Amino acid sequence: MKMRFLLFVWVFVALAACGGGNPVSDVSVLHRGNGEEPESLDVHKSSSTEAGHVLRDLGEGLVGYSPAGELVPAAAESWSVSEDGIEYVFTLRADGRWSNGDPVTAADFVYSYRRLVNPDTAAVYVQSVAEVDNAAEIMAGDAEPDMLAVEALGPQHLKIRLSRPVPYFISLLSHPSMFPVHRGSIEVHGTAHARPGNLVTNGAYRLLEWQVGGYIEIDRNTFYWDNAKTAIDRVRHYVTPEPMVELNRYRAGELHITRTIPPESFSQMRAERPDEVRVSPALGIYYYGFNMTKPPFADNPRLRQALSMAVDRETIVEIVGRGEQAAYSFVPEGTANYGPSTYSWATITQPERNHTARQLYREAGYSDDKAAEFEIRYNTNDTHRQIAVAIQSMWENVLGARVTLVNEEFQVLLANMQARQVTQVFRANWNGDYNDAHTFLSTLETDNPANFTGYANEDFDELMERAAAQTDLGRRRLYLEEAEREMLDEHPLIPIYFYVNKNMVSPKVRGWGDNVLNYHYSQHLSFATNQ
Amino acid sequence: MLRYALLRILGAIPTILLVIAIAFLMVHAAPGGPFDEERVLPPEIERNVERAYHLDEPLPKQFVRYLGGVLRGDLGPSYRYRDYTVSELIANALPVSMRLGALAMLLALALGIAAGVLAALRKNTVLDRLVTGFAMIGISVPVFVVAPLMVLVFAVLLDWLPASWTGGSGGGRLIMPVIALALPQIAYIARLTRASMINVMTSDYVRTARAQGLGTVAIVRYHVLKPAVLPLMSYIGPAIAGVLTGSVVVEQVFGIPGVGQFFIQGALNRDYTLVLGITIFYAVIVIALNLAVDLAYGFLDPRIRAQ
Repeated sequence: MKMRFLLFVWVFVALAACGGGNPVSDVSVLHRGNGEEPESLDVHKSSSTEAGHVLRDLGEGLVGYSPAGELVPAAAESWSVSEDGIEYVFTLRADGRWSNGDPVTAADFVYSYRRLVNPDTAAVYVQSVAEVDNAAEIMAGDAEPDMLAVEALGPQHLKIRLSRPVPYFISLLSHPSMFPVHRGSIEVHGTAHARPGNLVTNGAYRLLEWQVGGYIEIDRNTFYWDNAKTAIDRVRHYVTPEPMVELNRYRAGELHITRTIPPESFSQMRAERPDEVRVSPALGIYYYGFNMTKPPFADNPRLRQALSMAVDRETIVEIVGRGEQAAYSFVPEGTANYGPSTYSWATITQPERNHTARQLYREAGYSDDKAAEFEIRYNTNDTHRQIAVAIQSMWENVLGARVTLVNEEFQVLLANMQARQVTQVFRANWNGDYNDAHTFLSTLETDNPANFTGYANEDFDELMERAAAQTDLGRRRLYLEEAEREMLDEHPLIPIYFYVNKNMVSPKVRGWGDNVLNYHYSQHLSFATNQ
Repeated sequence: MLRYALLRILGAIPTILLVIAIAFLMVHAAPGGPFDEERVLPPEIERNVERAYHLDEPLPKQFVRYLGGVLRGDLGPSYRYRDYTVSELIANALPVSMRLGALAMLLALALGIAAGVLAALRKNTVLDRLVTGFAMIGISVPVFVVAPLMVLVFAVLLDWLPASWTGGSGGGRLIMPVIALALPQIAYIARLTRASMINVMTSDYVRTARAQGLGTVAIVRYHVLKPAVLPLMSYIGPAIAGVLTGSVVVEQVFGIPGVGQFFIQGALNRDYTLVLGITIFYAVIVIALNLAVDLAYGFLDPRIRAQ
């Protein structure tokens, strides 16, 4: 019996004692919360924000962003654009190096962009390359990848020809999908090339360790052209899918930066650690869409407007409670080269709006005896539920509508939104891929796959096409703004609020710059010297 | 005995095949797919992706392809964790889950049995009420309440222990997850032990032993403990399987890179191969542990061996 007991204790202690990791107390390591696990570190197989944060530390495209969110040269030193806005010639840095010391050449970019459009690669994010000439044909399988209009004019010069002028093309080149991939390691390692030990990248850091479900650890790429300016030697991007858990880890001193701040703790954090809470406008909108293809919302602009006006956005922003901005337009403020159009009634008070809403509701043929009945669909989530409940009561109290709430798992809601069969009012959001109004407004074009409302307006489509054909940024902007006004007047959706970026940033960290894209390259950060 | 074990193993094969078939149908029946996002893919891109992952083939063909892979020991590539195969993901996460699970189970057995025995011996006293009351709390208060509370108190406020798996090294980071995992098990085991102890204590041979003048300690140690623990065996099998394959909540709260998270994330992301892989893995473990428990019964109880 005694022996057995001792054996038991021994097994327990042995299990508890073995193994161990790196101590976290080492201050030269930056610990960042990064949300969900990145799906891949192959730039052509990933599209998530989380993967983007890690990939921007590991690699760089022809251009990148400064801490303030301005486009700056990165792998390219300079470039020129032809007068018609179709042809770009980039000059690469002579000192650009891969993490194994190989020079970064124009041929690397040609190889990478061809790999991106090659149907066999099965890339999921192709928006950035889509306007390069022949890209669409290649991705559809109608042309060979080497037909892509990207050409190396010697080791340092790269020519890219577009199928039409795209004024924001330069900003697309900053997306991770447009980073170069290292041909040699892909040819040797195949699908395993994006793992530690195999992955060769051209950014400020290189991949050191990847513990799936735990963290991704990267360290200084000593071959990087701007290596002298990199202050922090080592960075860990932690998987932190639960914001509350992430915040606890931050409060326990295990993280320097969080990916977000949970709504239930926001005001507490703002009160207790005002200097560590960082909030800045984001390029994202939370909205309710109408299914424009089915009754009661098809051909019923008055009902749609009545519902939109009866939503007290200020109250909802208070419910969400994280510094969000009430939305009276679809394109967020702060979008480059754009002045969002807003509703004419954005300036009147909520009681006045409610009054007009009731009038419109009656004009649409509804009354207390004949109430509008419909469902709000949203994906299962606390915040979404709170908002849906609030809007339900606003619509019931102001208009007398009978509203049912339906919550669904995200994938189910998405499938329903795409099918447009059972949806009536649905919750959705859109986050800009690049800093341009086009990323928002294009989702309302008749044929756009992300057009969940089924909004179809020839005038809108034509304005969008005219804007697309414009090389003059000023005139293009006017078309886009007019398109948004046209769309807002028809109320295919209810803009509710604009997202904000929220991060906890340790006072030990220096160099943090707020920007709409919420990009914070580790290479721009440093530790306060007195720590 | 060997013959019995072999027969049981053979009998498990159709069970596992059935599990695979049902799980395969269910994941594919769920709306949406692994590559669906708010940012809907253009049709030609969706076609390319589906072709690359063989999702464009008819379902029966996909099933045969998948089953062929499983028979060769290949659980396929993960759709969500695209740089890894399902087998690699499970193999990487398993040691962590196993270690935590084994520790939690050992702790639960030690504390649970001890508490159960004590409660049974002091039936209807304050001690008994305390143990059964604690067991009630352990069973009914969910881990997602206990675990974050522990983090808040011991990591954030007192700063005694790391708040997460990756926030520390060595033994310290194990303490809270192991306790969180063990708590409900301790409670269950204590209750089971108590009930069966009370049952055995009233049996004839215990009365005889007592009549012969044996002390309580000797009676419990030599005559009661073994038969009293026996009913635990059928509970322990599935419990070990559950604890070994990780607890999703504990893993999320403590940021542990274990197997449990893959199951939930895989299901939500429609990562068909990952969900199937873990289902198969889980099924195999449950079957193996049930078999082990049945065999252990034979060792522990001569009456069963005789049959």
